[in-house]
Amino acid sequence: MDRHRGAVNSAAVRRHRRSPNRLPRALVVGLAAPALVFVAMFYAWPVVTLATRSFTAEAVRTVLHDKAIHRVVWFTAWQAALSTVLTVAVGLIPAYLLARYEFVGRRSVTALVTVPFVLPTVVVGAAFLALLPDSLDQSATAIVVAHVFFNIAIVVRGVGGLWEQLPTDLAAAARTLGASPARTMREITLALLAPAIYASASIVFLFSFTSFGVVRLLGGPAHPTLEVEIWQRATRLGDVGVAAVLSVTQLILLGVAVAWFARMQTRHQRTLGLAPLTQRQRPRTRRQRVFVGFTIASVVVAVGAPLVALIEHSLRTGQGHSLAAWRAVFGNDVANSNRPSLNPGLDAFASITASLRIAVVAMLISVVIGGCASLAITALGRSGRLLDVGLMLPLATSAVTIGFGLLITFNSAPVDWRGSALMIPLGHALVATPFVVRIVVPVLRAVDPRLRDAAATLGATPARAWCTIDLRITARPLLTGAGFAFAISLGEFGATSFLTRHGRETLPIAIERLLNRPGALLHAQGYVLATVLAVLTFVVIAAVEAIRVERRTHA
Amino acid sequence: MLEAQHISVAFGDNTVLTNATITVGAGKVVALLGPSGSGKSTLLRVIAGLLVPDSGRVLLDGVDITALPTHRRNIGMVFQDDQLFPHRTVAQNIEFGPRMLGWVKARRSARVAELLDLVGLGALADRRVTELSGGESKRVALARTLAPEPRVVLLDEPLTGLDRDLHDQLADDLAGLLRRTNTSALLVTHDHNEATTIADRIITIDAISGSGAPGAHQ
Repeated sequence: MDRHRGAVNSAAVRRHRRSPNRLPRALVVGLAAPALVFVAMFYAWPVVTLATRSFTAEAVRTVLHDKAIHRVVWFTAWQAALSTVLTVAVGLIPAYLLARYEFVGRRSVTALVTVPFVLPTVVVGAAFLALLPDSLDQSATAIVVAHVFFNIAIVVRGVGGLWEQLPTDLAAAARTLGASPARTMREITLALLAPAIYASASIVFLFSFTSFGVVRLLGGPAHPTLEVEIWQRATRLGDVGVAAVLSVTQLILLGVAVAWFARMQTRHQRTLGLAPLTQRQRPRTRRQRVFVGFTIASVVVAVGAPLVALIEHSLRTGQGHSLAAWRAVFGNDVANSNRPSLNPGLDAFASITASLRIAVVAMLISVVIGGCASLAITALGRSGRLLDVGLMLPLATSAVTIGFGLLITFNSAPVDWRGSALMIPLGHALVATPFVVRIVVPVLRAVDPRLRDAAATLGATPARAWCTIDLRITARPLLTGAGFAFAISLGEFGATSFLTRHGRETLPIAIERLLNRPGALLHAQGYVLATVLAVLTFVVIAAVEAIRVERRTHA
Repeated sequence: MLEAQHISVAFGDNTVLTNATITVGAGKVVALLGPSGSGKSTLLRVIAGLLVPDSGRVLLDGVDITALPTHRRNIGMVFQDDQLFPHRTVAQNIEFGPRMLGWVKARRSARVAELLDLVGLGALADRRVTELSGGESKRVALARTLAPEPRVVLLDEPLTGLDRDLHDQLADDLAGLLRRTNTSALLVTHDHNEATTIADRIITIDAISGSGAPGAHQ
């Protein structure tokens, strides 16, 4: 009886709540349509094709019985596990520093820790190829070290965020109860940080497990991960069936891993009396000063060394150092000379312009589709959630799977777009659009609905109010999203590896080609391109950050 | 007997304590009275070993413990916000100190039961500490501090922020408890009534801070 009345009431309320000042349906549908078509055509269809067309009993048998494939799966799993454990262990130190200490240059250190994470994977791979001694070349050690470098920001940001809100007196209480510093760390601090640690660890594991760019550059043929194996089989060996089965295998393994991490996270979830104020202190004792100084120095060296090595290697020639490789890439005379001994089969300079062109197109696609989708998601309210989740799916899928799916879906009838110059930007847009949506939607959701009400009382039609309020507010986050999309496209390597065409190499593809070929000058050119890519990425990210900071100070 | 002698603490240019000296006799409860921000809590932290003073020393029964790390001092402390461990139950919180001392399970359990009884919370042993009321939480904090039989208990504004009735009741309870267990205690507060209810002796922060004979501190 009561329940029945409750249902009627809430339905009445909902009907009542539905504002009479709704946007025209056609407008909302029109906004949602491009995103729906985009996801259905370039994500859903390829994934379904991947799962059905190539999935044969024979391929499944091969995967189940081939010892070499078992080794690949085993290697992928243990290197990811080891990378995760090490990243967490190492990352906790700067996380502690930034959460608990106040010192000159604190913000710069925070930014510095984040630098590796914004670098394209290929640049990270190239930097460690340059830094590590030849004896570690093509070793598992090199891969794991690069993964730690690349992912450390996830731990510092994720765990540090909780750590700085954890009351310092909890540890102090444990100390007065007789717990040694080590025991306090283990039983109190780390136990309370566990949810954040598991959350960060699951992302690090995901990235390390599906690592492609780093492994292609550092692993060599001896150490393929599942992603590299999929790419090898699909593009080099023509073994599409096994590659597809491996893609699905990988999806299942990742699902299991993510579920385990999620369980650990909830198991350790606690209501914490978090302190709203940061409790950072200046180092007072000698020991604290030594710790702070040593950690800052380590961060500077750890982030700086690979980048310095990258630049240094771009200046290396057989005999010493010179600008030969830079001249070879940027100078007209050498680039056009086409000397057979120097010709790597690709035009290094052209890869820069190709990447920039592709990044512009990918950015435009993701801004238009992501922007429209964001407006539709917020206008649709509850049913917008579905569109939101649908657009996030490509983010949860490895780039290699996306590239592979696009390759086998659009390489034959009914749609043969193999030669189309749009394939690569489309693949990049698929990866970048979720970021645009994630940036724009929260801003739109934060708009006070009374603003629209006010506009309506002033005589604006719903569409007009929406144009003056929502559309205008979207401009800035959209600009930020555009920057991210551009940077993502510049560095994208996984999907591009499947879609690239000879003579149309992007920067990451060209870097990988040059560095995996013998010849000092070719290597140096690879390092030149990696340096260029790193600089381009930094410039774009710095510009985006500048916009964001400016927005925050205006608010 | 606890003695803090000529303690000075500065954070950068901000001098918090200058040449402060205080003594707590065995079995005595001393209240240190002063407005907030006057350095009372800082003095407690120095005594507990949570903060290294710029100069001065701390003696416990005549032994200099200034360089001893907190966990070896056996000085208990009740914090302003209780600081109960949110991932442990009531009993586990109380058991923490005895566990750190390496007591065997039977002895720990007996001690926990004894203290729960003492603070009148026997029924809440397995409760999560996040589900306690303000008063219950305060009693658990006190029981946890007393559990490892500390030589001195420091109380940092333990009753601040509680409503009037609860405050008065807990002040009475606290006074009784400290007497019954014959605990030496140093209470820091800004509330004069609270100080008279709980303490044997009241000192103001001004009285203990040496106005600073030149050269008495670096």
